[in-house]
Amino acid sequence: MLEARELTKSFGRVAAVRGVSFTARDGQITGLLGANGAGKSTTLRMLYTVLRPNSGDAFVDGVSVLADPLTARRSIGVLSHGAGVYAHLTARENIEYFGELHGMSREDRSRRAAELIELLEMQPFANRLAKGFSQGQKLKTALARALVHKPRNVLLDEPTNGLDVMAVRGLRKLLAQLRDAGHCVLFSSHVMQEVEQLCDEVVVIANGQVVAAGALAEIRSRAGNAQLEDAFVSLMNDNGGGKAP
Amino acid sequence: MSLQGIWAVFRKEFRENLRDRRTLLSALVFGPVLGPVLLACLVQFMITRFEVQSDENISVAVNHADRAPNLLAYLEARGVDIEKVTFDEAGARAAIVAQTHKIILDIPEDFGARLQEGQPAPIALYSDSSRGFDRRGVNRVRMLVAQYGLDIAQLRFLARGIDPISVLPISVQEIDVSTPSSRSVLVLNMMTYLVLLSMLFGGLYLAIDATAGERERGSLEVLLTTPVPRENLVYGKVLAAAAYMFISLVLTVCMFAVAMSFVGLEQLGSSANLGPSAVLRMIACCAPLVLFGAAYLSIVSGFAKSYREAQTYLGLVITIPTLPLMFAGMLGLQAKTSLMFVPFLSQHLLLTTLVRAEEILPSHVAISVVSTIAYGVLLTFVAGRLYRREGLLG
Repeated sequence: MLEARELTKSFGRVAAVRGVSFTARDGQITGLLGANGAGKSTTLRMLYTVLRPNSGDAFVDGVSVLADPLTARRSIGVLSHGAGVYAHLTARENIEYFGELHGMSREDRSRRAAELIELLEMQPFANRLAKGFSQGQKLKTALARALVHKPRNVLLDEPTNGLDVMAVRGLRKLLAQLRDAGHCVLFSSHVMQEVEQLCDEVVVIANGQVVAAGALAEIRSRAGNAQLEDAFVSLMNDNGGGKAP
Repeated sequence: MSLQGIWAVFRKEFRENLRDRRTLLSALVFGPVLGPVLLACLVQFMITRFEVQSDENISVAVNHADRAPNLLAYLEARGVDIEKVTFDEAGARAAIVAQTHKIILDIPEDFGARLQEGQPAPIALYSDSSRGFDRRGVNRVRMLVAQYGLDIAQLRFLARGIDPISVLPISVQEIDVSTPSSRSVLVLNMMTYLVLLSMLFGGLYLAIDATAGERERGSLEVLLTTPVPRENLVYGKVLAAAAYMFISLVLTVCMFAVAMSFVGLEQLGSSANLGPSAVLRMIACCAPLVLFGAAYLSIVSGFAKSYREAQTYLGLVITIPTLPLMFAGMLGLQAKTSLMFVPFLSQHLLLTTLVRAEEILPSHVAISVVSTIAYGVLLTFVAGRLYRREGLLG
């Protein structure tokens, strides 16, 4: 379970996140929806312990990321924006390296890497150096890397960026599998359809603040619109647009 | 302090860079091969020039050769090739500037007459001191002409009944105490400089790749979400860069020993001590520097926003530690206790002493090794602190 509690974060004079609170539960896919620059990535980065909030706190399975980031990190898997992989390592080595950083034994990590390679259908390129990988192959490698230690919570920052239809479908299937296995999945997106198709819960962020949160139907009805896109636009308009000032 | 993750990061960086052509070239080829080969060529060039010039005839153009037949016969008998030319003064200058002649001897009209009257007989020697670093030809002509003059003077004294010896009240005996090894100081200064520079270059690309490069690729962010303390990630990277520097150091020193054994240093009047035991001791003296160098380069490239920016910084920054070496050469610094606290300079002084086959004090080695390692450890901790900053993510 992931919980954000009154998170704020400024970069210089720009207030990127201004008091964000929400909860992403286990066995659910939670979508963080917002326009570009609304504060989605910054919120995620505080949750996965890379940025320190100026105030507020975030909890991973009840562990404060401020008080005990190392413990919090043990139970999160992260797919960061851009999904950079090591070009001179093979896909398998990329995965195993992160297993090792998570303190897994040699046998554990090689078994787990084989498992993930099969699950993500990476066999054709598993033993090739990552430098020639397509966007989709890179994403699969980065995903496998994020899942190598079987994290309870999975955080993904704009995971479908730059992917073709087939790759997006594969990703959707995988996220659904993770949900069904009881994981807490939190991903950010600015694509309405994606959120609509996949999420159980939605958190809409505009201007560094949460403007709506809850089940999809709830949000639709609150905004008085049947379509999420219309609901989104009306929420945006009520809150002065998606851009941070 | 936990060591968790350091070994994993070290192994991964070491292996990944082993597959990176750029790192491999700079660690294993550029420094270790180019430096020694370049220096060997330079030494070989100096030797051949030196050999040729000592026996080769000097060719001198003489204006109005008919005015001083005896002088010219004297010169010709001592290895000077005379080429008869006719120039006015401006023509002689132009010929030197145009490099059609290197040395022109101009004999004035009254040369013979003044000589006979016992008056100082002027003679003009044209050359261009800004061309070519070698003035030996001109010096030899000047010396021969002066010697000819001295011979005439001695004859004049004899004709007047004076013992020529009495006009030479002081005779200087030059005693050169340089040993064959110490005579190659210039070459050796350059060699230690190249060894240290090559060592730094060995870890350069790994340091950039592991810091600025990792950030630019976007893998740093995920790396920071693993349960490894941030400073341990840095320690692993610094150690990997240090390992590459060490490999580069070993290869470079060995290559120097091999390259120098091919050129005949002893022909330059020098026999540098580059045997196996000297090689081992040179490596041992420099090895403590690798941690210092790796941490130093990692810190600088940690501040850079991108790979290219890091490259630009490091190209400049890498020369800074080697600056004291240039002053050492200019000031003729000798190994002394206070200088052993200065990293790079202390290694340079120890290395030159070693190669000159002179005694090195164990206390000097101890101070150099311990202080350099201490600086290295300190800088590594600084690098670790740096990685706790958020600004690092760019």
